[in-house]
Amino acid sequence: MSGIGTLVSLAVVFGQLSLLAFGGTNSILPEMQRQVVDLHHWLTAPEFAALFALAQAAPGPNMMVVSLIGWHVAGLPGALITTIAVSTPSSILVLLVGGVWHRFRNASWRKAVQAGLTPVTAGLVMASAALLIRSTSADWSLAAVTLVAVVAILSRKLHPLVVLAGAAAVGALGLVA
Amino acid sequence: MSDVRPPPSLAGLFTGFFSVGVVGFGGVLPWARRMVVERRRWMTAGEFTDLLGLCQFLPGGNIMNLTIALGARFQGVPGAVAAFFGLMAAPVAIVIGLGVIYDAYAGVPFVRRAFAALAAAAAGYVLATALRIAAPLRGRPLAIAVAVVTFAAIAVLRLPLPLALPVLALLSTLLLWRFRA
Repeated sequence: MSGIGTLVSLAVVFGQLSLLAFGGTNSILPEMQRQVVDLHHWLTAPEFAALFALAQAAPGPNMMVVSLIGWHVAGLPGALITTIAVSTPSSILVLLVGGVWHRFRNASWRKAVQAGLTPVTAGLVMASAALLIRSTSADWSLAAVTLVAVVAILSRKLHPLVVLAGAAAVGALGLVA
Repeated sequence: MSDVRPPPSLAGLFTGFFSVGVVGFGGVLPWARRMVVERRRWMTAGEFTDLLGLCQFLPGGNIMNLTIALGARFQGVPGAVAAFFGLMAAPVAIVIGLGVIYDAYAGVPFVRRAFAALAAAAAGYVLATALRIAAPLRGRPLAIAVAVVTFAAIAVLRLPLPLALPVLALLSTLLLWRFRA
């Protein structure tokens, strides 16, 4: 199932996502889901949500969901291709801008752009949450798990990983559908 | 600063970020900061914050950008590559291992239910993150309107991000700057 064609498609899809990821992975999840689920049919929406959850529970940067999707679609070559594709364009930009950063880090236009990006990022991450919740809320008990997780994480009393582990335990015990 | 040590070698960059990748559960940044500023003393806290500002401003994962910028500063492009692969090696291997386990046991009912609940909580984690990012918009109608339009364009209309993002980012920057909102 992992022909050269698939690997090229993976490279193109995740290479495009690289320069759109203002604010990190959470802002590109909707586009990732649109490409991976709706356009290429590599995964179903619930599979996408499950892989995202798995990546959240693992150590490392948030971007790990990208490697996991690559692996799921095309094995180890797929994981390497997606990981490298999603990081190369943004890395080249970092290398190019890194040298001149000190010149404009206090420039007023840079602050204006950053201020302008904040509400856009907020809207994008909210969209990510909505799309994920739509595919994870198979019934009211799972929607309740989401709600409890939001409250627990916002309260800052529990480490997010403890919340994720607790949810998995609740599920394993058969308390959800 | 006299307590900053000599620049790290390629091997140092790889092992330093490898140690961050292994322990970085639920957010890598605090671990990266501890390693770079406190343990290995490659940079002062101020230099680190300055570099992080660059990495947060540009697209891409903040911490991935940080490995590139920091690696390049000390050892050029090979340094960037060494730091990046140091960070990613262990997490990629671990996440693929978890994927193998998931595929093997996803058919077992209690595993399936555990994953359904885990996915529901992970979606909640993203919603909590969104609410935190949105918190500073409180009392700023124009900024809230931009966030709502962005949400509708992506979640409801499902517009392609490569088209929507440049337009939204430009409009938002100009609007907020013009009206000082």
